[in-house]
Amino acid sequence: MGWTLLILLVVLTVVHGNPTVMVRTGSGPTVGFDQHPNSVPLGEDIQTTTEGESEVVEEVMTTGVLNPSHYPARRAATVVQHYLNTRYGSPYRWIFLSTVHSGSAEDVAEMGRKYQLELTMQEMISNVSGQCSAELFFPGGEGQSAPQVQASCEGLHQSNTTAQEEAFYQQHRASNNLVSGNNIPDSYGHMEPSMKPFWQLGGVASSFIMLRESNESTLYNMAQVANFTQLETEKDQLRFNYHVLLHEMISQEIIHWKLLVTWSPEQGVQVLQTELQPKCHHCEAPPNTTN
Amino acid sequence: MMMLGLGSVGLVLLSLAVQSGHGAQDSAVWSREETTERNYYTRYHNMSEITAWMEQMKRENPDVVSSMVYGQTYERRNITLLKIGLSSTVRKKAIWMDCGIHAREWIAPAFCQYFVREILRTYKTDTKVNEMMKNLDFYITPVLNVDGYIYSWHNESTRLWRKSRSPGTGGCTCYGTDLNRNFYANWGMVGVSTDCCSETYCGTKALSESEAWAVTDMLGKMREDILAFLTIHSYSQLILVPYGHPNISAPNYDELMEVGLGAAKAIKAVHGMDYTVGTSPDVLYANSGSSRDFARLIGIPLSFTFELRDKGEHGFELPEDQIQPTCEEAYAGAQHIITYTHDKAFYSYAATVTATLWTTLLAAWVSSAILL
Repeated sequence: MGWTLLILLVVLTVVHGNPTVMVRTGSGPTVGFDQHPNSVPLGEDIQTTTEGESEVVEEVMTTGVLNPSHYPARRAATVVQHYLNTRYGSPYRWIFLSTVHSGSAEDVAEMGRKYQLELTMQEMISNVSGQCSAELFFPGGEGQSAPQVQASCEGLHQSNTTAQEEAFYQQHRASNNLVSGNNIPDSYGHMEPSMKPFWQLGGVASSFIMLRESNESTLYNMAQVANFTQLETEKDQLRFNYHVLLHEMISQEIIHWKLLVTWSPEQGVQVLQTELQPKCHHCEAPPNTTN
Repeated sequence: MMMLGLGSVGLVLLSLAVQSGHGAQDSAVWSREETTERNYYTRYHNMSEITAWMEQMKRENPDVVSSMVYGQTYERRNITLLKIGLSSTVRKKAIWMDCGIHAREWIAPAFCQYFVREILRTYKTDTKVNEMMKNLDFYITPVLNVDGYIYSWHNESTRLWRKSRSPGTGGCTCYGTDLNRNFYANWGMVGVSTDCCSETYCGTKALSESEAWAVTDMLGKMREDILAFLTIHSYSQLILVPYGHPNISAPNYDELMEVGLGAAKAIKAVHGMDYTVGTSPDVLYANSGSSRDFARLIGIPLSFTFELRDKGEHGFELPEDQIQPTCEEAYAGAQHIITYTHDKAFYSYAATVTATLWTTLLAAWVSSAILL
């Protein structure tokens, strides 16, 4: 009896992984292909309306402690990133969100929503990281009002950019050799090293628009500098016309903006004018979608 | 007269010889470059290069690689997959991977190419890869949205195209439907637009797009055999699990999260990059009509979307010098999922029985030792 068992065991161990021995476990109830694939598993609840409009499920705003890896905290943290770039960005300082540590959100009676976040931000060129505490307020109501941000960071300004900025400023200050460029980065993600500071400056300038346009349902990044042209230096400020492409993640749209940008090491980046560009020149205006 | 005839025959023969010699030399140089130059997998490739590469993979590995055309795009181009696995007399289980459903996400087809090269490079020497090649077939579509991908290579102004290239209808003059909103999985419910000019336009109806139909058709035919479904996108560094609708949970959500988190851990071990794991409505946005959701709905238990590098610095225009590290980490993540899938299918039953019998034998020995 014992020998039989032993032999059986040996055989089984050797035959490990025989493809004909198969049990599909843990997959739970499946929807048969002949059933309507859109059928909802029994017991699930959906709040939907049956209109033909696009957004048929209401987005419920999370309140209280936020999960740092979920989208509400990350969208708000990206707004803080844009804010920090408007304050501290330059052709040699471009800040990106590294990690969301914690956050919370609450409704402010009939006025909007307030977020509190603990973040790590990273400066892209020097790789210096800093811890930041931030508070944001997204105004509610009808108007398209920009979010209000307050943030304090430790350690981010340690990157010493003064020498590079000064050199760059002096190099381009004289108006006898105005620079321009396009498609930065190009389709392959490449850019000439000399174009890199202009790319970074474009990113920082875009932050002004991205900050202004942000709400709890958007997530902006700059996709590309389509082109830029240096204009005559005025009042000691380098001046540029920029055409940037912004990527909005939730709608997946590419949005074109033209900006008038100035910069000097002392004054920082300023955006004097912004102009939204039409989506594409050969498209007609989209028809009214209320059917 | 005869001299003329001989001369002209000679000339014809000579020109033929030169031509074929020239051609042979060209293809020899080209294939030498393509196969041995490690730089090939660190660059982006247009559609005709990828098509030629698929032919080369078949040619160089005829016993393990074959191809299948399983559909047509709007512009009547072939949608082709590579079927990779050791041949077998019995029907085999399968792993599905598709790349490039969104045209501008160039890193995705680059990853599919890298993945194919990697399993072909290692299956003879790596016992685990060999075992998986023996027990499974890999069905890999390097570029699903062929029309869109070609369009994104057209010039700089088309680089950021996302959708298919079917024309708008009903007076709407824009082109393209978002293929990843066009599947028969809660179609049209959330995270879509009904405006044909929009990037998330879900189409006139589910499966209006021939590309989505091709995948649906294949998955339907292979439904019993597919163990895992991976669809590759960029950017955001995420691993997404079904479903895209915020109020519907996959029955094996816990398993999906566990495997996904394991994959993220494997990814981080390669180059330190963080990939966030969760349902789309939790970590990104709600959406419906995705291929991942459709795969899970028809019963494929392990269905994941990979969103590769980066997190917004370059976005879709990821520099070529990041192709290799991105592919290396994504490969580690995919292998984690595939290994789990394989081992679950081919080990769990036998392992349970074996463990039970060993325990029984041990108990029998112990009791007989005590009795003696």
